[in-house]
Amino acid sequence: MSPFLKLFKVLQITTFRLALIFTLIFGSAAALSIGYIYWRTIDILNNQLNQTIEAELKGVAEHYYQGGIRRLITAIAIRSSRPGNSIYLISDKEGKFVAGNVQKVSESLWNSIGKVEFSYIRQESKGTESGAAKERLAFASVFLLPNGYHMIVGLDIEDRRIFEQVIRSAFFWGLGGMLLVGLGAGWLLSQNIMKRIEAVTETTRTIMTGDLAKRLPVKGSGDEFDRLSISLNTMLDRLESLVKGIREVSDNIAHDLKTPLTRLRNRVEAALLETGKADHRETLEHTIEEADGLIKAFNAMLSIARLESGAIRDRREIIDLTEIVQDVFELYEPVLEEEGGSLKLVTDGAIKINADRQLIGQAMTNLIDNAIKYAGAGSEKGSGRSGLQLLVTCKRKGDYALIKISDNGPGIPDEEKGQVFKRFYRQEKSRSHPGSGLGLSLVAAIMKLHQGEVRLEDNDPGLRVVLRLPV
Amino acid sequence: MRVLLVEDESEVADYLKKAFAENGHIVDIAADGEDGLARGRESGYDVLIIDRMLPKMDGLAIIEALRSEDVQTPVLILSALGEVDDRVEGLRAGSDDYLTKPYAYSELLARVEALARRGSSEEMASRLVVADLELNRLAHSVSRAGKEIVLQPREFRLLEYLMSHAEQVVTRTMLLENVWDYHFDPQTNVIDVHISRLRSKIDKTYDKQLLQTVRGAGYMIREPIS
Repeated sequence: MSPFLKLFKVLQITTFRLALIFTLIFGSAAALSIGYIYWRTIDILNNQLNQTIEAELKGVAEHYYQGGIRRLITAIAIRSSRPGNSIYLISDKEGKFVAGNVQKVSESLWNSIGKVEFSYIRQESKGTESGAAKERLAFASVFLLPNGYHMIVGLDIEDRRIFEQVIRSAFFWGLGGMLLVGLGAGWLLSQNIMKRIEAVTETTRTIMTGDLAKRLPVKGSGDEFDRLSISLNTMLDRLESLVKGIREVSDNIAHDLKTPLTRLRNRVEAALLETGKADHRETLEHTIEEADGLIKAFNAMLSIARLESGAIRDRREIIDLTEIVQDVFELYEPVLEEEGGSLKLVTDGAIKINADRQLIGQAMTNLIDNAIKYAGAGSEKGSGRSGLQLLVTCKRKGDYALIKISDNGPGIPDEEKGQVFKRFYRQEKSRSHPGSGLGLSLVAAIMKLHQGEVRLEDNDPGLRVVLRLPV
Repeated sequence: MRVLLVEDESEVADYLKKAFAENGHIVDIAADGEDGLARGRESGYDVLIIDRMLPKMDGLAIIEALRSEDVQTPVLILSALGEVDDRVEGLRAGSDDYLTKPYAYSELLARVEALARRGSSEEMASRLVVADLELNRLAHSVSRAGKEIVLQPREFRLLEYLMSHAEQVVTRTMLLENVWDYHFDPQTNVIDVHISRLRSKIDKTYDKQLLQTVRGAGYMIREPIS
């Protein structure tokens, strides 16, 4: 990075710009106040100066009126010998020194009349060091006296000049320092912030390339950057799990929907090859059946997706759970009897809950369908069992309503209990049965929407599905 | 029966027109929402089949407009959106039935025929009669050839629905929706079992089998043509 580019980058950082702006604001304020103090002090000093010179002149003029030029010269000579910062000078018309304590002034001074500022060299007075011979600044009134004499009466303002100089240098050094410190601090701060932003940018760039497992650095200081990183990381966690879910589903779709589609295609192709047969009715019926199965699977996936994302309108109302369970029981009781099994229902009386009748009904039918399909088949093969025994109970326990659906089928081994809720998951031995492997996922999604949960337990023998819903 | 089909996919529309024609029904096609609304205002249609997503005007908007103009022709909505939500929304807009794409043609035909017959005498009659089978809605009683048959409440409602749609195909989904008020499909064919129970009560000991299975479609109750 070229230095110019680097400077440009620093200038783009908000912190640095803020530091710069504040430095400029404080600098301007300081300059204004120092300037004001300076201006006021100089004003006061000037007034004092004028007053002192006026008083001095008054005294000198007194001598002149009383005794003319002679007396004036004498008075000046006396005054000059006194220590102090008053300066006096009388010179004749040739410019020659007559009296005073000024050794040398520039010739041009004599051409100006009135108050002037000029530099002079003080006359060596006894006891003063040689260093005093240097030029000093004075402020004085210049008079033209009769006979071509000139007189200068004024004050040494060298000290004031030094004072002005000090203030001026304080002004420039102070402001310069302030600007430097401001720039330096701004640069340091922005460097620090830039470093942390750089880290975030770097990580997000990695994430953008597809590595969703990456997380933003957290220093642990709990500052705003950490807080930002933590909430962004939480968002990334959620995104990662969603993306993982989508990926899983699309993998499953590819895998589980391809099979029936292939079967469908093969069957139609085989029918086409059977040239002798004019009537493809059977094939067509199978085709429709297969297509219906696919549509059902798609609808189930859509339902699960909508339930899980919450993109479903809340149609819950306060209804009697026992009634819902009873309705489903009524729907299925003849089915079980027809198959040589039995369905028993034990209820506790009305349990009012906030629920969607359609969804709870669907969850119940899914579970009973499953029991008939898997437990029923198991008992057929099974060891002398008379048939599928299904027991449905619906009871209230504390703040929850518990629906238990127990069967006497083969059950589900513990290690598979968590797996069966996954979309498209099907137990190895149940692959031969029709079904999409979406039933339990849908039940889980429905329970989640109702702030409830579904649990699988061992019924010894068989499986017990427990639905828990808040009352 | 004259049907107006408002559907923008010409392939689907042509197929349905052909299929309905085979069953002796006339289908007119409107290809967009505005045309559908204009034609829907004409009297003379027994049923309107309206797709939900249409160019120019949404299907629900057509129904709302028609109902606000007091056009009371029965409407069936076809939709690719299939949740209970959408169904309720459609019914609220003033439609009479709702079918999700993809659907079986037999299902659509059965529903459209049921809608066309809506408001007929059977719908409201207190006594339903098919051959020698009689159902009395007020007395909640059923008899065949003068002999009383005892039915469970749900069996009674099942028979009531079948008899009020006598000589029409009634699909399993229609039964689930209207008798059990379930708007989803259980995987097991539960309806078949209930029908066979009902059949054993009303048909078993008689010569004429009134409750007939219509292959690939559903059930129908009628006096068999001998």
